[in-house]
Amino acid sequence: MSEANKQTDQKFALQMINVNKWYGDFHVLKDINLDVTQGERIVICGPSGSGKSTVIRCINHLEEHQQGQIIVDGIEITGDVKQLEKLRTDVGMCFQHFNLFPHLSILDNLTLAPRWVKKIPKAEAEATAMKYLERVKIPDQANKFPGQLSGGQQQRVAIARSLCMDPKVMLFDEPTSALDPEMISEVLDVMIELADEGGMTMLCVTHEMGFAKQVADRVIFMDAGQIIEENTPNEFFNNPQSERTQLFLSQIIAH
Amino acid sequence: MYITDKILPELPAPSSSKGVLHWLKTNLFSSPVNILITFLGLFLIYKIVPPAIQWAFIDATWVADTREECLGEGKGACWAYISNRFGQVMYGFYPPEEYWRPNLAGILLILLTSLLFIKQMPKKVWIGAFILLVFPFIAYFLIHGGSFGLSEVGTDKWGGLMLTLIISLVGIAAALPLGIILALGRRSTMPVVKSICVIFIEFWRGVPLITVLFMASVMLPLFLPEGSDFDKLARAMIGIILFQAAYVAEVVRGGLQAIPKGQYEASVAMGLSYWKSMNLIILPQALKLVIPGLVNTFIALFKDTTLVLIIGLFDLLAIIENVLGSDSSWLGFFTEGLVFAAFVFWIFCFSMSRYSMALERKLDTGHKH
Amino acid sequence: MAENNTHLKPSKPPIWNDPKYRSLFFQALLMFGLGLFIYTIVQNTLTNMEARGISTGFAFMSEKSGFDILQSLIPFNSDSTYGRTFIVGILNTLLVSALGIFFATILGFLIGVARLSNNWLLSKIATVYIETFRNIPLLIQIFFWYIVVLRAMPSARNSHSLFDSFFLNVRGLYLPAPVTESGFIYTVITFIIALIAVFILKNWAKKRQEATGQPFPVLLTSLGLLILAPLLVFLVTGSPLTWDVPVLKGFNFKGGISVIPELFALLLALTIYTAAFIAEIVRSGIKAVSHGQTEAALSLGLTPSQTLRFVVIPQAMRVIIPPMTSQYLNLLKNSSLATAIGYPDLVSVFMGTTLNQTGQAVEIIMMTMTVYLTFSLLISAFMNWYNAKMALTER
Repeated sequence: MSEANKQTDQKFALQMINVNKWYGDFHVLKDINLDVTQGERIVICGPSGSGKSTVIRCINHLEEHQQGQIIVDGIEITGDVKQLEKLRTDVGMCFQHFNLFPHLSILDNLTLAPRWVKKIPKAEAEATAMKYLERVKIPDQANKFPGQLSGGQQQRVAIARSLCMDPKVMLFDEPTSALDPEMISEVLDVMIELADEGGMTMLCVTHEMGFAKQVADRVIFMDAGQIIEENTPNEFFNNPQSERTQLFLSQIIAH
Repeated sequence: MYITDKILPELPAPSSSKGVLHWLKTNLFSSPVNILITFLGLFLIYKIVPPAIQWAFIDATWVADTREECLGEGKGACWAYISNRFGQVMYGFYPPEEYWRPNLAGILLILLTSLLFIKQMPKKVWIGAFILLVFPFIAYFLIHGGSFGLSEVGTDKWGGLMLTLIISLVGIAAALPLGIILALGRRSTMPVVKSICVIFIEFWRGVPLITVLFMASVMLPLFLPEGSDFDKLARAMIGIILFQAAYVAEVVRGGLQAIPKGQYEASVAMGLSYWKSMNLIILPQALKLVIPGLVNTFIALFKDTTLVLIIGLFDLLAIIENVLGSDSSWLGFFTEGLVFAAFVFWIFCFSMSRYSMALERKLDTGHKH
Repeated sequence: MAENNTHLKPSKPPIWNDPKYRSLFFQALLMFGLGLFIYTIVQNTLTNMEARGISTGFAFMSEKSGFDILQSLIPFNSDSTYGRTFIVGILNTLLVSALGIFFATILGFLIGVARLSNNWLLSKIATVYIETFRNIPLLIQIFFWYIVVLRAMPSARNSHSLFDSFFLNVRGLYLPAPVTESGFIYTVITFIIALIAVFILKNWAKKRQEATGQPFPVLLTSLGLLILAPLLVFLVTGSPLTWDVPVLKGFNFKGGISVIPELFALLLALTIYTAAFIAEIVRSGIKAVSHGQTEAALSLGLTPSQTLRFVVIPQAMRVIIPPMTSQYLNLLKNSSLATAIGYPDLVSVFMGTTLNQTGQAVEIIMMTMTVYLTFSLLISAFMNWYNAKMALTER
């Protein structure tokens, strides 16, 4: 029994079981249930205020949930300090506004956590950093500061910064919504490449439907703090079932 | 695949995350250190607040004719000391039968200023100009007198809160135009103009106000041709105005810098001359931006007016320190006098700083995106 | 055709409408006006001074002053010159400013952090502190500490005492003074060696961290080294340091360090007043670091203390230091209020007593202002240098 239980846990990179969350009296997350298998790529969409960002912020405990369980890599998140450090090295996150450290050079942004959290020697951390900078196609910017880069470049640096920690799960919180239109594709290209390599579990909150069609294994639609519809991209876009989903999709397309 | 059309009901938050107990737990008792801090804080409040209330209110003597009535076991603050001499505290040595004159000037100013706060008021600029340019003369004729059948009351008789207000209001009103000109000059492309303004501003900002007041009261008479002389108040005012203008200039410069370059270019492109583009386009925007900053410099000036007691003028603090303090029939109540002065200044400064903060927030939201 | 054009200059407006000449003319006029103004003032001043029999020049600086000064950091008595009163005044101003800056920084940081505390009560107490003290004129606060608090202290006989070695009475504050004996030099040497060792250790730890990734608890070891090593030597050499504790003799205390009530009151007022402003600067500096920065650092796995050290503090300090230096400058200028309670600072001694005795207002006021201006310019020079060094590189 316990053996079997462990196995089912192991299969999932991430599980959310009946998660509820309130901001004061406002019920933001209602009974969220979500199983994500190893290497699965999930896109979460929905109107603003639907709680989609809150879901992924709960996963690396930037927000605390009040009811239910969140299990990452077989371990339930409790908020224990030591456990949190481990959790956050395993879960990388990219923010809407990049949140690069403006006082550190690009290279220092990338090596800060590997050096002080994973205790990797400087030279090695820099080599890894350069490897990832090459993957996001901006190795020549290594010694510049975040303020000198364009938004698209900054977001690619932010992705590289997370990858430097060698995470098992990557969370993206609207990574392209603060970008000028011409820069969106350069960031999406990097994300698509990352997805195509396989192996990385990805959860992405985004409105980029093209991206969702191309890489997602599953699309989740949220509204009013709950999951309304969950389906393969093909079914989701071509044959939406719920009225709310249809309304949302029509608005996105009209837009 | 998962689909639902059923919208789940909004449930109330679990009791552990709201309510008084939850509030207490997260805000006061969230950790052992926090519990300790909370109790230390409560102890501090217990040590300060009840004794202060006891002294200032419960045991206080509000009405008394002589000093003796305030003395004795268990007697707290002697506010009678202030109320008996209230006229002096407010007006200095101004003749009591003429108090209506400064009062009238004050009421007039309050009425005029409140017009500016009415949203739909037309021609606000003209009202402002009237307050800055015409009202000072009306106020001077009222308070100083000597014409229109009013008896003359020399500035040596002015004092108390009235003098504090006069010095600070005249100080800011006269420093404002001077400061604006200095700020424009500091951004000028003409090297001579620019360096004169920079030197002027940095000089006054680099020295303490006391030295300025000394300079005004001791050196200024030497600068003037023989025979011509100002009274003491006018000399102090000149020093304060020059000093204040430098600070105003720096605040205004901040506002000018915040105006996007496009505004300058657009006004030049419209064919406006330098002064026209400043008056019509740039300054109205910049001055609106710097109102909070100007209020803050005014607060600083208002607090700094207390320094005039050092050169022998009788502002509110000086009346309490020198005049009431040396009155032998009411000896020994200096604390009450000081607390009263502190309270008056605090009310003025605190409310002005709140006002400037509210303005700042309003401007902040108005300028986003 | 194109070749011809390259040599063609744009035609110019007539000279009286050329902005370049207009501005030159205007500037020349301004220079002339200013020169005339200064000339008139100088002429007036000279005539006036002659008429009133005021002597000019700096000869008074070497004359005998004939008065005593309450507190002096260098030997001074009534035989000393006026020139020396200038130095004594500057030193006293610097003393109270340096002490004030030291204490106000500590208090201000504590209150600024308390204001941001998640303990509701603590943050409210800090708010009340800030709003009370920064909205009451400094002069009132100086009078309060000097007259209401310190004058109400008991006489020397009934002093408030702490551990029988610190005494507070109407004559001031009395502290024990350290007296070193012959062997104490070894403790000092050890301390210096420890200081060098800490420096080497810091470099070594940095290199090791870079090479192996293993951090070394530098702060803890350094503190241990700096405290324990000198302490050990101190004990081994037989504790060659005694405390000269103030003792009541007759009507007053003898020995120890005495802080005159004027200095104590001024220091209290300056510290408490400036700390209120510094607290606000610290608070807004920390708040200026966006929440996203903290979240990004935490989501990378950095601990809260690492987040503070690598992300929040370096960014907050850039915001804090410029306004903080101008607060320091304000404190220095505000210390001139000393004259209201008779603490012998530059204004009180030199621009007060010396000016009264010599009557040479122009020279003395100019010298006093020059001193303050020099400090202001030095501090702004530092600030410009710092801002240039720390400016975040932007596109």
